[in-house]
Amino acid sequence: MPKDSGIGASSKRREDVRFLTGAGNYTDDINVHGQTYVHFLRSDIAHGRIKSLDTSTAEAMPGVVKVFTGKDFEGVGGMPCGWEVTDKHGAPMQEPPHPILAQGKVRHVGDPIAAVVADSLEQARDAAEAIDVDIEELPAVIDMKAAAQDGATLVHDDLKNNVCYDWQLGETDDAKVNEVFANAAHVTTLDLVNNRLVANPMEPRVAVGEYKRGTDEYTLFTTSQNPHVIRLLMCAFVLGLPEHKVRVVAPDVGGGFGTKIFHYAEEAFCTFAAKACNRPVKWTSSRSEAFMSDAHGRDHVSKIELALDADNNFIGLRTNTFANLGAYLSTFSSSVPTWLHGTLMAGNYKTPVIQVNVKAMFTNTVPVDAYRGAGRPEATYQLERVVDKAARELGVDPIALRRQNFITQFPYDTPVALTYDTGNYNGTMDKLEAAADLAGFAARRAQSETKGKLRGLGINCYIEACGIAPSNIVGMLGARAGLYDAATVRVNATGSISVMVGAHSHGQGHETAFPQVVADMIGIDESMIEIVHGDTSKIPFGMGTYGSRSLAVCGSAMVKATEKVIDKAKKIAAHLLEASEADIELKDGQFSVAGTDKSVAWGDVTLTAYVPHNYPLEVEPGLEETAFYDPANFTFPSGAYACEVEVDPETGKVSIEAFTAADDFGNIVNPMIVDGQVHGGIGQGIGQALLENCAYDENGQLLSASFMDYAMPRADDVPFYGVDHSSQTPCTHNPLGVKGCGEAGAIGSPPAVVNAVLDALNSGGKAVDHIDMPVSPSRVWAAMNG
Amino acid sequence: MKISMTVNGKAVSGDVEGRTLLSGFLRDHLSLTGTHVGCDTAQCGACVVHVNGEAVKSCNMLAAEADGADVGTIEGQATADGSLNVIQQAFQDHHGLQCGFCTPGMVMSAAALLKENPRPSEAEIRKYLEGNLCRCTGYHNIVKAIMAASGQDVGSIAAE
Amino acid sequence: MYSFEFEKPSTIADAVAALATEEAQALGGGQTLIPTLKQRLAAPSKLVSMSGIPEMHGVCVEDDGSVSIGGATSHATVAREAAGSYSALAALAGQIGDPAVRNRGTIGGSVANNDPAACYPAGVLGSGATVVTNTRQIAADDFFQGMFATSLDEGEIITSIRFPVPQAASYQKFLQPASRFALVGVYLARFAGGVRVAVTGASEDGVFRWSEAEQALNKEFRSDALTGLRVNPANMIADLHGSKEYRAHLVSVMTKRAIEACI
Repeated sequence: MPKDSGIGASSKRREDVRFLTGAGNYTDDINVHGQTYVHFLRSDIAHGRIKSLDTSTAEAMPGVVKVFTGKDFEGVGGMPCGWEVTDKHGAPMQEPPHPILAQGKVRHVGDPIAAVVADSLEQARDAAEAIDVDIEELPAVIDMKAAAQDGATLVHDDLKNNVCYDWQLGETDDAKVNEVFANAAHVTTLDLVNNRLVANPMEPRVAVGEYKRGTDEYTLFTTSQNPHVIRLLMCAFVLGLPEHKVRVVAPDVGGGFGTKIFHYAEEAFCTFAAKACNRPVKWTSSRSEAFMSDAHGRDHVSKIELALDADNNFIGLRTNTFANLGAYLSTFSSSVPTWLHGTLMAGNYKTPVIQVNVKAMFTNTVPVDAYRGAGRPEATYQLERVVDKAARELGVDPIALRRQNFITQFPYDTPVALTYDTGNYNGTMDKLEAAADLAGFAARRAQSETKGKLRGLGINCYIEACGIAPSNIVGMLGARAGLYDAATVRVNATGSISVMVGAHSHGQGHETAFPQVVADMIGIDESMIEIVHGDTSKIPFGMGTYGSRSLAVCGSAMVKATEKVIDKAKKIAAHLLEASEADIELKDGQFSVAGTDKSVAWGDVTLTAYVPHNYPLEVEPGLEETAFYDPANFTFPSGAYACEVEVDPETGKVSIEAFTAADDFGNIVNPMIVDGQVHGGIGQGIGQALLENCAYDENGQLLSASFMDYAMPRADDVPFYGVDHSSQTPCTHNPLGVKGCGEAGAIGSPPAVVNAVLDALNSGGKAVDHIDMPVSPSRVWAAMNG
Repeated sequence: MKISMTVNGKAVSGDVEGRTLLSGFLRDHLSLTGTHVGCDTAQCGACVVHVNGEAVKSCNMLAAEADGADVGTIEGQATADGSLNVIQQAFQDHHGLQCGFCTPGMVMSAAALLKENPRPSEAEIRKYLEGNLCRCTGYHNIVKAIMAASGQDVGSIAAE
Repeated sequence: MYSFEFEKPSTIADAVAALATEEAQALGGGQTLIPTLKQRLAAPSKLVSMSGIPEMHGVCVEDDGSVSIGGATSHATVAREAAGSYSALAALAGQIGDPAVRNRGTIGGSVANNDPAACYPAGVLGSGATVVTNTRQIAADDFFQGMFATSLDEGEIITSIRFPVPQAASYQKFLQPASRFALVGVYLARFAGGVRVAVTGASEDGVFRWSEAEQALNKEFRSDALTGLRVNPANMIADLHGSKEYRAHLVSVMTKRAIEACI
């Protein structure tokens, strides 16, 4: 029976009421008295040298408060990168400066050259048009392989080449890898592209900076997934401000998907300019501006080779990837193609020898960083496409080939640095086969044929590593931050509770799901608990929300803090009940003495904590506890997905007829929310597979610069999804046994879609090995007629 | 120029420029910030409001064009005592929203659809939402919520 | 947007007078114009709204059986009100943009803009309609002059468009997945006097008539009459969403589907 409250209940989301009535408080809804507006003059040239920049006319325009250029920021730091990757020769990555406003050169279309602060936005735009800038155009570095050649034009003049790092993971002995492939009974090779994407949360980015002279205090309202991280990076590395004088608030945030993790120049600008102008400064990105200033995602070009023995066992895997980092290093960009990608190349399989090679490239494009899944979709896509191709080449059932090679013993040490604590890949595949009615596929295919359509079935398995941790390990791998989280549980005198969490909810439903956990632990109603997040002045500390980490890491901190509260409350209860603390039990909000009918209610104990008349002398008054939690390991959600498509052989148009996900997320707090997260991930994954393509021309002009050319998935592009998460192997090392569910859909779905399209074509007599994403009608048609 | 209109049943007026958009008038002049702006090419639909009973993209209409009109926004959808209307309630019951940013436009479009077609099929709903982008939900629960709001049984639809 | 004045006349004569101001521009539903203004790609001194002119609104059937649509009539109105008198055109109107766009966008605005991927130009040209302005009547074959170009003079207003109603007609639209304009759209109309085939979305010259297909269909009106016929890919648009060859192929496929829908 489904529960109606607490852990395991599909509690309705309490945050919905404000969102459904127009009462949300998003950053652009915030207007500060006396505020000004900034407009950034952005480069329309991909690569060039600024020869002259004259702002004098602009400065004299109506309403203009101040015009800023790169010169104004010579005394402050640039935008930092939070992860130092060491290349395969032991050298640190090349790390060029990333100024707030361009200094000397522009390096991508959209690179900000100057900023105009004015009384109104249109005045700022008018003045920006009056800035006289002369840029000497340089050849644009766009193609990654060309960028890696000796003598290629340099994106950064002071670097030795355009390679940020040449990185390797797994087997370092090339001879050993070569030998495995030489002795293989079969080798399957695939060249593929993981298409560049734009995250496009529906809310564009916004920043409002405020400065109060009287107290020397700054406030930054910003569309962020992690306000404390923004404050730390901005204070320590960019502006050199004392953290205690800076408050960063991320109020309601309209989706992030990774792209609102990063510290952006516009945030630092608004904070800096608020003081320089002595007036609040607001920036609201337009969607067109977002396409050229939000960090993009993916953009890998890979060759993957899979070696199999005569019995179809995977015996070796080698990948060579070019990863596009764009013009500058965004906050976590360097970690994505490496530690979030290479480490996942074992997938669900016990391949004994794996070598991952990644060359990360600077190009004259928008910086590339984490987007939903971040590295893991890129790994899964390569692996699951090559496994599928191997099955076709060998004439074996793709599910059987996968099952034969599944890891079945846990914990399992992969050849690429991870230890999977738990999983049940065969069990999850069993769930998928039932939920997707794979037995009925042949009949459905026959039905499609009567309509003149080709039907295909695509299977995909994935493993992901979430809750990135522990801090001491990620520190050794180059992270310049800890990856723990924090929570404060503040019990009020009347027994209600405010929980201040470091995670940030921007669609994930923390305000509903987190109270379910605390309510269960204490035995009180969920409505007595409120989650506070998104404001550095209210929460203890927090690394924020990304990488499917919130419940696994911050939720664990919340559990630890709640345990501390309960321990202290038991001391007070023991005093009130004149019993030994060891005999006190807490159930359904009542403290009782074991084996007796003596009890005292939660509310009486909390009131006593704040009105400590009859109180144990050795216990401090009050009831508030904080915990920081640093996990012992990553968590490893996994799953098996099935996609069924129909292909119109006349036009090449693909329609998704069915999509089923079977996931193992360990324990689940709110099944309704978890299903919603999976739905959203699948929607984005289908978008990547069929529709979305961020493309540049050879001059570095962005061809997909608005929703007119960047195809977002719409309601009629997708079906209802089947979601099954009854395969549950709880995480072994966090108190809730949870693994994380936010990215799974986006990781698991693209290969399933592409595998399905290829199955449809091959079953229809078209021998097509591969089509790069997005598998658009024109590409399918070209492949069929190629 | 001076414009006047009825917004959510209340007479309002304001002094606007020719270039003032209806979305800007609602958000900046009337502080009705439930109407969101998510794009600049009339694609995303976060800004959908009703003008004389018809769904329009308020970021793609001049405020002056709405002079004299009867305008409805998300703020006017709940009943007078603040309780959610049938569509809003269905969105909550079926988890038809996550970050909430597209939600006002979705609710306003859904209301326009159900006025035109009180019992739409799944395909009709998906087609009608062509001009409303959502990045969070994969649309599953939005479609389900609209079906439920129109009184259809959604128990058999896969998943929660 | 740059600053501009706004005027909303209630008669065609007043609108013509308002448009006499230098750099004044007519505003239909604004569904294309307003995004253009937001990008500051146009700087009109004044926008003259057509929305307040009653005689430019609505759908009516003329004495000769033709269907006349006021220039300021929204796509949604055409989809609704022309469904009985000219269903294929109504169906075309119902496929433009999305419901909210259809409530604002107008036939006059769309036709005057002549976007190479817009739907209406195919309907107007395919129907052999007559574009009626404040000063003259222009045959569709003379009206469209290539991408975003028409034979309209400065300040000239499309007051209505008159469509002869064919025996059968169909619009087949293959969506550009992002904009949902036509990657290729084919409007086919079969009159007693012959077949007209108009293609949008495909050509670098904007909407065009596929005369070879018309000739073939005038001989025998069957989908296999097109066998072996293909538009010249050299003139087609190539972009992110499709190559020249793909668009040329789609023209054949969509035309075939339009024929089948008419049989």
